[in-house]
Amino acid sequence: MKSPIIIRVKQKQIAQLVSQGKRLDGRGLTDHREFQLETGIAGRAEGSARVRLGKTEVLVGIKIDVGTPFPDVPDKGVLTVNAELVPLASPSFEPGPPNENAVELARIVDRGIRESKAIALEELCVEPGKKVFIVFVDVYVLNHDGNLIDASAMAALAALLNTKMFKYEVKEGEIEVKPGYTPLPVKDYPVAVTFAKINDKLIVDPGLDEEQVMDARLTITTDKDGNICALQKGGYGYFTTQQILEAAKIAKSKGEELRKRVVKG
Amino acid sequence: MSKKKTEKLIDKKGIRIDGRELNKLRPIKLEVGVLDNANGSAYIEQGKNKILAGVYGPKEVHPKHLAISDRALLRCRYHMAPFSVQERKSPAPSRREVEISKVIKEALEPAIFAEYYPRTSIELFIEVLQADGGTRCASLTAASLALADAGIPMRDLVAACAAGKVDGHLVLDLNDVEDKEGEADLPLALIPSLNAVTLLQMDGKATLEEFEQLVNMAVEGCKQIHKLQKEALKAKYITVKEEPKE
Amino acid sequence: MPTFYERKQIVTPGDLLAENDYMAGDNTYKENGKIYATRVGLVDYDNRRVSVVALKAFYIPYIGDLVIGKVTDVTLGVWLIDINAPYPAVLRASDALNRPFKPQRDELSSIFDVGDVVIAEIVAYDRTRDPLLTVSDLGLGKVKRGQIIEVTPTKIPRVIGRQGSMITMLKQETGCQITVGQNGVILVSGKSLEDEQLAIRAIRKIEEEAHTSGLTDRITEMIKNEKRGVEHV
Repeated sequence: MKSPIIIRVKQKQIAQLVSQGKRLDGRGLTDHREFQLETGIAGRAEGSARVRLGKTEVLVGIKIDVGTPFPDVPDKGVLTVNAELVPLASPSFEPGPPNENAVELARIVDRGIRESKAIALEELCVEPGKKVFIVFVDVYVLNHDGNLIDASAMAALAALLNTKMFKYEVKEGEIEVKPGYTPLPVKDYPVAVTFAKINDKLIVDPGLDEEQVMDARLTITTDKDGNICALQKGGYGYFTTQQILEAAKIAKSKGEELRKRVVKG
Repeated sequence: MSKKKTEKLIDKKGIRIDGRELNKLRPIKLEVGVLDNANGSAYIEQGKNKILAGVYGPKEVHPKHLAISDRALLRCRYHMAPFSVQERKSPAPSRREVEISKVIKEALEPAIFAEYYPRTSIELFIEVLQADGGTRCASLTAASLALADAGIPMRDLVAACAAGKVDGHLVLDLNDVEDKEGEADLPLALIPSLNAVTLLQMDGKATLEEFEQLVNMAVEGCKQIHKLQKEALKAKYITVKEEPKE
Repeated sequence: MPTFYERKQIVTPGDLLAENDYMAGDNTYKENGKIYATRVGLVDYDNRRVSVVALKAFYIPYIGDLVIGKVTDVTLGVWLIDINAPYPAVLRASDALNRPFKPQRDELSSIFDVGDVVIAEIVAYDRTRDPLLTVSDLGLGKVKRGQIIEVTPTKIPRVIGRQGSMITMLKQETGCQITVGQNGVILVSGKSLEDEQLAIRAIRKIEEEAHTSGLTDRITEMIKNEKRGVEHV
């Protein structure tokens, strides 16, 4: 039965288990699912990575193009993140332009990269005020089994680390491509850790079943120094301030674990 | 034309560019029941922000297939008027507006007794007429009042306030310049009687310790705003309460 | 046995009204032994029951309520009626005809058309469906003359008064037929326009001063003064 509605018996089961500190798949409350990372999958992209977090699967492709900078930041490259919840990923995804969930996902991933200054945008300026490089990060969700945020953020980071730009020289205002490649200048490694609140307990990396039962979710993104660089509460419930601070501490240490794995490749 | 970064956002005495101390809110004016057609409405001015919130419902859901069988559907549209910002903004909803609409909706949901009105929808419309930083928090503050004004039963009002880091200092209720040029901005919404944080986001960078201080600061700001909200609701009806002269 | 407000003080949603041995009445909710207000209104403590008289609330249908509504749609076998509630009300053709509906023969809009006002009673309503109306009792059916005014539904009990004292007095003093719908819609039908206007003014005054005491006497006096041609202050 593949409908998005979760049966009541399972709901109760999940909630009960969480109260006892357990989860359906046997994980600890603060454990991520097993994940696999593959890079360089999309051959036509300048960089790409696919993350499988449990059964959630997200593919991120990076394309680099030349464009005009924003008028108030004429000497920096441009980052733009888009997310697609493609219909084949879940019976609950409908075709059409990005809905609020897709927009939110894109903006959370964007915030992590942008606020941690992961990409050295100042090194992507070709001619101030006229030409800069635009980094397109396209998040493609291929299978939804919960926690699209962490999977997407990880895949985006891995894809950026995988991205190679062509070498170039600027001659008379024009870009002349030279042989060879140079990696995209990535200076920081933001990692998102998402919590779900069930029966007043926090669990890390909710699976789809758990997401359907949760009161609310909280995503905390940390950079390589353990600073918090992005936060997003979602869902119809709430967190107490104590829960938020507790989550922040866990996010810092879990984030560090994930970061090591992604950066190592 | 590139924008020049403001020289110093906070002076040596700890005074901000608009004359405020680090932990002070901007002046706030709240008015309830300002629109005639809407079932409930409220208007807020916070610093230079001017925002109107209107509520219709509970009413029939259109299209019908979106109706939820055991509760009301809360729909929210946060929208900025084209003339609300310095450079004209296109009237079409931007991705930022879509996201803000979503987080505002999710911030208010825990406060309303949606389960009392199955198969209906409650429509909340927020129009930013003039923007000066922290619009999502100010919008939330007004939206709570609009819902209460519409007679929708609520567990409590939701108050919202942002804290942030500017020039290395932790400050309350950032204005537009501080938001754009500061190091971190953390909007937060609180249901005080439940100690429930229903909206929490952050842009920028903060250490774990700073983060804790920012959360506490924003919570304090919310509690102050909550008092103002209650006064505004009562003010609308205070004249009704007075006994007529014999 | 703590209570935190005095009777008739204004409270707002989330205000803590009482603790422990109290019961949660209208417009309140109880959690962890504490009772909070859910709407803006005046708090009332009656024995051990805390309630809030809401200053604004919308009408929620109850079985047995008399309501006055406007026909908004005529479809196959059914009229849809707007009764100022979150749900549209349904009136079946068979109910108005007192026999099964015959689609070929019966032209529903000739009985009630869009825009007509009807007085009806709610016969069925629950969480899973829209309220069902009947017009088959005495006094129910299409409104042919008179004026319709809308009042906040929470004020309706005041318009009726204790054991009907207010409404009886209003009918007597103004000589008008007054039908009060529980959904906040009132029909006033009198011998002259002046009589109807007088009744309407009285009802508006009741709505404004619903929370005060001695209202019935004041309204009676106001009406008598107006009939005599004296300005009521």
